[in-house]
Amino acid sequence: MTHIGLPHFLTISAILFALGIFGIVTKRNAVMLLMGIELVLNAANINFVAFSRYNVLGVPLSDSRMMVGQMASIFVIVLAACEAAVALAIVLNIYKRFNTINVDEVDNLRD
Amino acid sequence: MKLFPKVLGILVVLAAVGGFIAMDIPLYDKIFYIFAAICVGSGAFVVFSRNIAYSAFSLLFAFFGVAGIYVLLGADFVGVSQLLIYVGGILVLFLFGMMLTSNIDKLREERPTMGRLLPGVIVASAICALLISVAWGVPAWRKAAVQVPTKGTNTTSLIGNLLMGDYALLFVASSIAILVALVGAAMIARSDRLSPEDAAERM
Repeated sequence: MTHIGLPHFLTISAILFALGIFGIVTKRNAVMLLMGIELVLNAANINFVAFSRYNVLGVPLSDSRMMVGQMASIFVIVLAACEAAVALAIVLNIYKRFNTINVDEVDNLRD
Repeated sequence: MKLFPKVLGILVVLAAVGGFIAMDIPLYDKIFYIFAAICVGSGAFVVFSRNIAYSAFSLLFAFFGVAGIYVLLGADFVGVSQLLIYVGGILVLFLFGMMLTSNIDKLREERPTMGRLLPGVIVASAICALLISVAWGVPAWRKAAVQVPTKGTNTTSLIGNLLMGDYALLFVASSIAILVALVGAAMIARSDRLSPEDAAERM
């Protein structure tokens, strides 16, 4: 008999989410900010998959309704890949123009 | 003499691991705690390390731990996708971004000031406390039972059928999003940006 239930997974996800938020608030390097965002997205994904694994409604669900959480997590992964590609392209462009990726120093819309 | 604390530390870690393995809890629980420790430990290292290279490499282990959590949750396809896309794709992008935008002697970030550290600690701990209290406070979630698809535990064929059926529109939309992101990223990161007049002359 296993003692691990839904709250354990939600706890892991909450800790990862808080770590990601902490990174986003404290770091000033644009690449580090993106790493924090990836941690937050992973935390949300763990929640999706956990709620797809455990039946919280108490009534039996059909297979396709059972998979809703996993499908959502797959689309989140896909969109996270898009976001990382575009964001890193923007970061490279900022580095070329301002010669820094410290987000505090990049504060003008045009030069 | 410097060696002694290290040897002692390694022995303590080995004893802790041995005691953990010998503990009388189910295998599933042990594997969960191992992957949870990998996730949280390397996630914390990503955030608290001031060297970007170390952060990027410990992000690898954080993604790996999350993939293990997915597999523990019975989502084999999502777990393997996580390994392929995050570890194989996004992390390589991050490494490229890191290497292209920082010279090797400026990899260490400056120490965060109190004005940035304090809001971070407050916000992160408040969010963490709120989410954990909700996770443990809902009775229906604490006694939720595991549900397994009737067609067996292999989710790949189920996901394939759903992608071609109920989620066909989302599938096509996300493929368009990927195409646009690919073209847009190549366009933004291009080095020789022509002004409209130059482009017209070159035509």
